[in-house]
Amino acid sequence: MSDLTKLSALELSSELTKGSVSAVEVTKAHLDRIDSLDKSVQSFLHVDKTGAIKQAEEVDKNRKENKKVSALAGVPLALKDVLTQQGVPTTCGSKILEGWIPPYDSTVVKKLKSAGIVILGKTNMDEFAMGSSTENSAYFPTKNPWDLTKIPGGSSGGSSAAVSAFFAPLAIGTDTGGSIRQPAAVTGIVGAKPSYGGVSRFGLVAFASSLDQAGPFARTVLDCAMLHEVMAGHDPLDSTSINQPVPDVVSAAKLQDVKGMKIGIIKELGGEGWQTGVLNRFNESVELLKSMGAQVKEISIPHSLYALATYYLIAPSEASSNLARFDGMRYGLRVDDGNFSAEEVMNKTREKGFGKEVKRRIMIGTYALSSGYYHAYYAQAQKVRALIAQDLTNAFKEVDVLISPTSPTTAWGLGERVNNPMAMYLADLATLPPSLAGIPAMSVPIGLADEDKLPVGLQIVAPFMNDDRMYRVGGAIEASLKTKWNGLLIDQAPALGGAK
Amino acid sequence: MSTYDEAIKKYDPVLGLETHVELSTNSKMFCGCSTEFGAEPNTQTCPTCLGLPGSLPVANAIGIESTIRIGLALNCSIAAYSRFARKNYFYPDMPKDFQTSQYDEPLCSNGYLDVLVDTEDGTKPFRVEIERVHLEEDTGKLTHAGGTTGRIHGADYSLVDYNRAGIPLVEIVTKPVPDTGEYAPLVAKAYVTELRDLLRGLNVSDVRMEEGSLRCDVNLSLTPKGSKTWGTRTETKNVNSLRSVERAIKSEIERQSLELDKGNIIKQETRHFQEDTGTTRSGRSKEVAEEYRYFPEPDLVPIAPDKAWIEKLKKDLPEQPSIRRTRLAKEWNFTDLEMRDVATLGGVDLIADTIAQGTSPASARKWWAGELSGHASKAGVELIDLKITPTDIARIDALVNDGKLTDKLARQVIEAVLNSEGNPDEVIKKRNLSVVSDDSALIPAIEEAIAANPDAAAKIREGKVQVVGVIVGAVMKTTGGSADAAKVRELVLKTLGQ
Ligand SMILES: [Zn+2]
Repeated sequence: MSDLTKLSALELSSELTKGSVSAVEVTKAHLDRIDSLDKSVQSFLHVDKTGAIKQAEEVDKNRKENKKVSALAGVPLALKDVLTQQGVPTTCGSKILEGWIPPYDSTVVKKLKSAGIVILGKTNMDEFAMGSSTENSAYFPTKNPWDLTKIPGGSSGGSSAAVSAFFAPLAIGTDTGGSIRQPAAVTGIVGAKPSYGGVSRFGLVAFASSLDQAGPFARTVLDCAMLHEVMAGHDPLDSTSINQPVPDVVSAAKLQDVKGMKIGIIKELGGEGWQTGVLNRFNESVELLKSMGAQVKEISIPHSLYALATYYLIAPSEASSNLARFDGMRYGLRVDDGNFSAEEVMNKTREKGFGKEVKRRIMIGTYALSSGYYHAYYAQAQKVRALIAQDLTNAFKEVDVLISPTSPTTAWGLGERVNNPMAMYLADLATLPPSLAGIPAMSVPIGLADEDKLPVGLQIVAPFMNDDRMYRVGGAIEASLKTKWNGLLIDQAPALGGAK
Repeated sequence: MSTYDEAIKKYDPVLGLETHVELSTNSKMFCGCSTEFGAEPNTQTCPTCLGLPGSLPVANAIGIESTIRIGLALNCSIAAYSRFARKNYFYPDMPKDFQTSQYDEPLCSNGYLDVLVDTEDGTKPFRVEIERVHLEEDTGKLTHAGGTTGRIHGADYSLVDYNRAGIPLVEIVTKPVPDTGEYAPLVAKAYVTELRDLLRGLNVSDVRMEEGSLRCDVNLSLTPKGSKTWGTRTETKNVNSLRSVERAIKSEIERQSLELDKGNIIKQETRHFQEDTGTTRSGRSKEVAEEYRYFPEPDLVPIAPDKAWIEKLKKDLPEQPSIRRTRLAKEWNFTDLEMRDVATLGGVDLIADTIAQGTSPASARKWWAGELSGHASKAGVELIDLKITPTDIARIDALVNDGKLTDKLARQVIEAVLNSEGNPDEVIKKRNLSVVSDDSALIPAIEEAIAANPDAAAKIREGKVQVVGVIVGAVMKTTGGSADAAKVRELVLKTLGQ
């Protein structure tokens, strides 16, 4: 058997089904690779060797006893450290939750477990999912496997790095304003943010409740769709969960045909200030889609220009309230000299436990919700949010999907933007409008930028609960580029990554 | 002239009442935990009501339905679109450091409740207008150990019980109630009484003030007579019985008037009612407006109740307490005054339940409004809080009617039942209280009495039956009053050949 870590989830699934390899072997192969290589990438905060092998043994036992197992049973996965898993530490990349062991499984984890997917461990992230580089992790920054001096994107940078470094064929991330799509783009893999409410948020430690959505990472569009299908579905424990059938993303990913599809290029996302190499690859993708029979035209989403301002009022406002519970009273860090009053314990715990970016956003949010400013900021932002959603609804009257580059640039150097939050925020320019509208969007790799030979992603945006459409377009582009490149883009990654 | 009369002569009080009602749903408002009162601390909790990271709320449909029914019973309009909001503030009794409540989009608004108050010019109706009825979750319960104040400041340590956190709480807020003059305390008391009966009739809450399932905050300001601008109001908390509602307002009227007379200004503050002195003491100052950073709760979906459903809830509302009282007064043959007394005591349902078990209306009223209301006021509790049931009273009444208990013995039985010594039959057995009407038990006592009073016995034998009282009295004395006097008389006369 060739290196098991280089196989896709689909390939592993077929080997496991055939019985040519056991789940324990697959799991150990990935754990070994993490052991030897994650020192330099630092994608995991916690590797759960014992738990993973136990889960794999369970899958092998079920297969041996001819019990019905799901397609992905025995396939390993890396889980962003923002979703609770019973008995496994969950830190959200923050010191304030250091040592907290959740007593319950998130719905996503429950679904993964019942599908027999083996959870290898918890991946690094920007503290409470606030950031675009994973440098805001309170523990350590994660490196981009394409170039260890570059960022892996964020906030789900641990997950994107784990998949692109072949530590796991699958990973879970969460996306509030682009935290799955941008890391996927800058590490040359596939990542999808489902429709808001498509995947349960129960057990997802909230950053911004009205925007947070968990979603899949994989190296292929079909793997991504298979994981999407496992994660999604109505959950009575999440009031905002959509009670509708999960869109048939797996069939759509297999279709590989965009003939007759109407595709809109978002006019406002591109042009000046965007990296030339990013725009070049994007323009080639447009031509590729046309050559495959799609009708492509430019479409304006005028209010998308205000998405950044809107997002940076709504998300911090909700965060300021969601993060109030970390007060040292019940779990996690507690700063107390034994004589402190309750108020002092709360203040000092929060002062010590939260990092700079988290404090910045709590302050912005607290300000925006204050009675004198609520109408000028939070309420106004909600109105603009509605206008952005309306623009997108209108656009979908003319086209089936919308496209744009996923991020204005490729991966930047570690440390380059840490003291410039505005530059950091701009990385989410293209991913914010779909987040604010609650509609599905994904990123697929479309090549390397000419300047730095780093991956570029294409964002595909679909109407609410039509997640299958983006998989259809993503699958078609991937198939066409795979032929051109004689493999996946990730296979071109230097030593640590591909190099079969 | 009393301080109160002086105050009323110079100032017009403006009332406001905020009432919190714990709903008696089986599960909490946003999770599936039990709401049972009195369980071991922190045993009725889950990730959601503990506010653990990642947990989410799901609204209890019964909680929403109960709130809408309360709104309908209070003549409110029901919002076509309503949302929960987060009220943000840091306190250890709140697991999430925000309370899921409602802000500018409450479920019910603009209603009223009419109450009757006895005035010098007879019974007078007052309309208390309702501003809003909204739904929220209760907080946990803090216990401060050590220190002298019993408050968080100065305590050695504090304990928190999250069993109460997340129990559905309905807040009913009145509009300011002007023009009640000297009757302000009575209007407030009548309002809370009427509200309590209405809630009990709706079967949405235990409405037990001492267990905290009905809590009342009283707002009060004074306006100098003739002035058009209302004075600064204070908010008095911890008003936990009907009597306290009346006392708290009276004392706050007196206190504020004395301050104003001295030329002082009234501080906008929270005050606490003290049961022992009947006065209020200063609490937290409210001069700095509180900043709760309300915003719509993004984890819950808006409530848009179906119109037809609301119509159905409205149609199925029970009879309004005032209409029911009028009907029952007629059925039971009570005068208006008798009925209002019974209502003020919170005894309508108790009497109805007693009558349902065979007791006559007059007797039921005699026991509850006579005998038991005395016990209640001595104990400083409501009738319903007494440890005796309509079943107990119906049983006692039946025993009296059968001649098995005298009124005097019945009172002893009641006292014993109130002391948790058991039900009436158990108490009678244990204390050996039943009327001695058994002849064989009485004969020795009678013979003994005759022997002790030979003169009286001789006179009776001669036909002077009037002196029989001497011997009956002696028998009653030796039997400790447990004998039926009429029976004793009959037996004495028979023994002496009459
Ligand atoms: Zn609970």
